[in-house]
Amino acid sequence: MYDFEIERPGNVADAVKALGQEDAQPLSGGQTLIPTLKARLAMPSVLVSLAGIDELKGVEMRDGALWIGGGTTHATVMREAADSYPALASLAARIGDPAVRNRGTIGGSLANNDPSACYPAGALASGATIETDRREIAADDYFQGMFTTALEEGEIVTGVRFPIPQAAHYEKFIQPASRFPLVAAFVARFDSHVRVAITGASNEGVFRWREAEAALGATFAASALDGLTLDGGEMISDLHGSGAYRAHLCGVMTRRAVQSIV
Amino acid sequence: MPKDFEPTRGIGASSKRREDIRFLTGSGRYTDDINLRRQTHVFFLRSDVAHGRLTGVDTSAAEDMPGVLKVFTGADFAEIGGMPCGWQVTDKHGQPMQEPKHPVLAHEKVRHVGEPIAAVVAETLAQARDAAEAIVVDIDELPAVVNMKDAVKDGAPKVHDDLTSNLCYDWGFVEENKDAVNKAFEQAAHVTTLELVNNRLVANPMEPRVAIGDYNRSDGEHTLYTTSQNPHVIRLLMGAFVLGIPEHKLRVVAPDVGGGFGTKIFHYQEEAFCTFAAKAVGRPVKWTSSRSEAFMSDAHGRDHVTKIELALDADNNFTALRTDTYANMGAYLSTFAPSVPTWLHGTLMAGNYKTPLIYVNVKAVFTNTVPVDAYRGAGRPEATYQLERLIDKAAHELKVDPIKLRRQNFVTEFPYATPVAVEYDTGDYNATMDKLEEIADHAGFEARRRESESKGKLRGFGVNCYIEACGIAPSNLVGQLGARAGLYESAMVRVNATGGLVVMTGSHSHGQGHETSFAQVVADMIGIDENMVEIVHGDTSKVPMGMGTYGSRSLAVGGSAMVRATEKIIAKAKKIASHLLEASEGDIELKDGAFSVAGTDKSVAWGDVTLAAYVPHNYPLEEIEPGLEETAFYDPSNFTYPAGAYACEVELDPETGHVTVERFTAADDFGNVVNPMIVTGQVHGGLAQGIGQALLENCAYDEDGQLLSASYMDYAMPRASDLPFYDVDHSCQTPCTHNPLGVKGCGEAGAIGSPPAVVNAVLDAIRSGGKDIGHIDMPVSPARVWEAMNV
Ligand SMILES: Cc1cc2nc3c(=O)[nH]c(=O)nc-3n(C[C@H](O)[C@H](O)[C@H](O)COP(=O)(O)OP(=O)(O)OC[C@H]3O[C@@H](n4cnc5c(N)ncnc54)[C@H](O)[C@@H]3O)c2cc1C
Repeated sequence: MYDFEIERPGNVADAVKALGQEDAQPLSGGQTLIPTLKARLAMPSVLVSLAGIDELKGVEMRDGALWIGGGTTHATVMREAADSYPALASLAARIGDPAVRNRGTIGGSLANNDPSACYPAGALASGATIETDRREIAADDYFQGMFTTALEEGEIVTGVRFPIPQAAHYEKFIQPASRFPLVAAFVARFDSHVRVAITGASNEGVFRWREAEAALGATFAASALDGLTLDGGEMISDLHGSGAYRAHLCGVMTRRAVQSIV
Repeated sequence: MPKDFEPTRGIGASSKRREDIRFLTGSGRYTDDINLRRQTHVFFLRSDVAHGRLTGVDTSAAEDMPGVLKVFTGADFAEIGGMPCGWQVTDKHGQPMQEPKHPVLAHEKVRHVGEPIAAVVAETLAQARDAAEAIVVDIDELPAVVNMKDAVKDGAPKVHDDLTSNLCYDWGFVEENKDAVNKAFEQAAHVTTLELVNNRLVANPMEPRVAIGDYNRSDGEHTLYTTSQNPHVIRLLMGAFVLGIPEHKLRVVAPDVGGGFGTKIFHYQEEAFCTFAAKAVGRPVKWTSSRSEAFMSDAHGRDHVTKIELALDADNNFTALRTDTYANMGAYLSTFAPSVPTWLHGTLMAGNYKTPLIYVNVKAVFTNTVPVDAYRGAGRPEATYQLERLIDKAAHELKVDPIKLRRQNFVTEFPYATPVAVEYDTGDYNATMDKLEEIADHAGFEARRRESESKGKLRGFGVNCYIEACGIAPSNLVGQLGARAGLYESAMVRVNATGGLVVMTGSHSHGQGHETSFAQVVADMIGIDENMVEIVHGDTSKVPMGMGTYGSRSLAVGGSAMVRATEKIIAKAKKIASHLLEASEGDIELKDGAFSVAGTDKSVAWGDVTLAAYVPHNYPLEEIEPGLEETAFYDPSNFTYPAGAYACEVELDPETGHVTVERFTAADDFGNVVNPMIVTGQVHGGLAQGIGQALLENCAYDEDGQLLSASYMDYAMPRASDLPFYDVDHSCQTPCTHNPLGVKGCGEAGAIGSPPAVVNAVLDAIRSGGKDIGHIDMPVSPARVWEAMNV
């Protein structure tokens, strides 16, 4: 780590102000940022800890949608969304290990937008709305490629609003070393439509599998996916699997998610 | 040993591990827990390219940074000895291997990612690291060699300019057998051929390496605290070959060590550096490896590429075996690297079978990768894996039962002289196979397979046998084979006046439970409580001499030394007792901690005798000296040969290629067992590492020599949830015939014996799905399985 200052604001307004300083960066659970700092891959001058801001925390129903504060930990979501949105609670329950879940936050995960992270799939498939200190961003506009989002410099994810589908399931196939998704599919079935988001597979980060959505929208059954394939040539290829393998897993994970719902 | 008859103390008892109290309560004392007064910290600047010419290392800016005491580069070590290699292999033409210089800090060239180029010693680690970033390093990058077969091609970039090629040696074993072996292949009724890779591994002990150098100006003594499996070996190698410090001026301490698995046997640059720098800066110098550094500086393991062939006659008897192996040495020769693919590998190629003719060829190759050396099993897992995969393949080609084919070819008469130079003293391979079939419930497998199939899964059953040579090793023999060290062990037994004992042993304990099992042995011999025996290890100033812990040698060699020293103690104590009892020495018996005169009720307690030894008022001073302290060195007359049979049952998801180990059964013959619980634990740990190698672990480089699996994000360690509950048995016991305890060693068996069973089971599962893919390389990852089944 390089030297840095740390600030602990008590509310969002002060946090935004603190983030106005040069090379300032928010710190939430630190489960991604701290290892990056330890490896000296980042050099912020000021870390603005969001951990002490109560208005960023909470899991509650607001106007028929599930609101989760940006500073809410995975462990809290796992517990408190279990009744209102079990598929999302189950996603949170499978992130990392207890230590990671007790520190890591939904805001940190969505801000980071790791191409293999879990929450982006949950948010995109749910058609969630990302709330920030200055605006609201639809998930469809928010994820803009690997480690890239619509967030501006110094903008804080304050909350996420999840419309609650009729039924949903998150199917995760782990990369054996990191246990992040090698490929995972989140399938959300709404009254009028189906949304399918895939994480872990694409060089572009999380994406919607529109052909699968259309097929499932017509007939919600695993067989509706028969014959649908994705192009592995565009996908991540590494030590743990080729693009072709990942493309194949997209189908398997989506099918299994559908099977778990019906 | 059946539970009902398990003794409650002494040899054969499952005494609880006394060391666990400190480990589990956080009161262990590891090297990093040591902080010396006025200690400084070193940060190593390491190469981020695999191969290149060092054209400049400018440290001037770094030297002016806050807190910096001194910056060292390769030039500071140019006049000092390099890192020594402890084993010289002679090639098939009778020539010594090519042995490159191995500098403490890179000089003129860098040869692997992670090689230290410069070292900054500063008041704090952060300051040292900041200053290291201010060092300007100019490297003219050279093409790297990573693939072994490319490395030995004409015109390949040379890792070492002053060697004739990247070939360290081309070893033929036994060279004189080669023609006869080839002839047997020509006459064979069937030949099975297999090409396979034994994947490169990173040992990953929980505790990374640490070194602290200290120098005392007043008496000229150097002290090195280090995470080592063998502090005396480090003292010898570093003192004599690197820094020129005589043994009496160099103390090496290896306190609690959090796992070694082989990778902490070797003498490393950081140890020599800290010892050297402590004198140069006049203050203690400490280095603690980060996990990232460990990945690129701890010696790696395995990394063989092999073609192996088996000749069989018309009755399926093995008639000859031939292997052709490329063994990766990495960029330099680590301490024992040359011995691993040769004497620890070729000599085991007979396995449990009476194949009369064997020829082993090994080409050891330099590449621009981290040096490779012994890792749990060292050479024997590679031998076992090839052979046991090959036999399984032969069985399927010949459509015979793999267990039956093995049984038919077992060695059944002992002693048995193999065609690869070793002589098995004893064993019973049918007994362990019988036991295996029973506890693995082989008979119930088909029902379990159907159950898996009803869930859309495939199920496979795989077996293998293994044999290993442990208890290394007879010094005169290994001397002939190129070892530059003896491989005896020493023990000093010091009895205190009040009857308690301290045993100083060279067998360092870093997880094996020596402090418990060694105490059981000594206490049992005297008939006293185990708690009266203290085991001391890990400090060259306390223990007379020691060759260390590796090769499952501690009980067989170190334990035998302890037995010999304790026998001397008992002999002297009997003399004292005979004086006290006024009886003839020959009539004195020692039982349950008391000396008695045979056939009488006269007796004297152990404590009375020990007290007399130190308060010799009534004592035969004209015959014997006061005191009760004895030392013994034990040099084994042969290796020991633990052997066994393992079975693995896997379930495979054909849609994803994911494999889970559902059952794993190990039937081992370790000879006599001192502490069954500890032995079971050793097997469990070995199995985790073997299953880890088979399914998960893979140290991978790209073609430029960049380490791809450089952290736990990409290097998959086995976790508890990856492993089943094991069924482990060691009731088949053919005691070793040549050491006093009749023990063979159990530390490596699990890692040696498990990979082929896992892979054989995976292939069986795939076959049951209707496809025979012949072979699949480790780690058998989901992606590899899926590709093998579908692409
Ligand atoms: C061992 C391990 C296993 C893991 N396994 C998984 C897994 O299986 N699946 C998975 O999805 N993730 C996994 N993670 C990542 C984990 O979910 C992290 O918690 C998460 O990615 C980042 O959240 P954080 O709160 O820790 O953010 P931090 O590390 O504090 O910050 C991450 C980034 O987001 C920025 N940031 C943080 N909060 C906000 C905010 N509210 N608004 C704007 N920017 C913000 C920071 O400046 C930084 O750039 C794992 C992590 C570890 C260490």
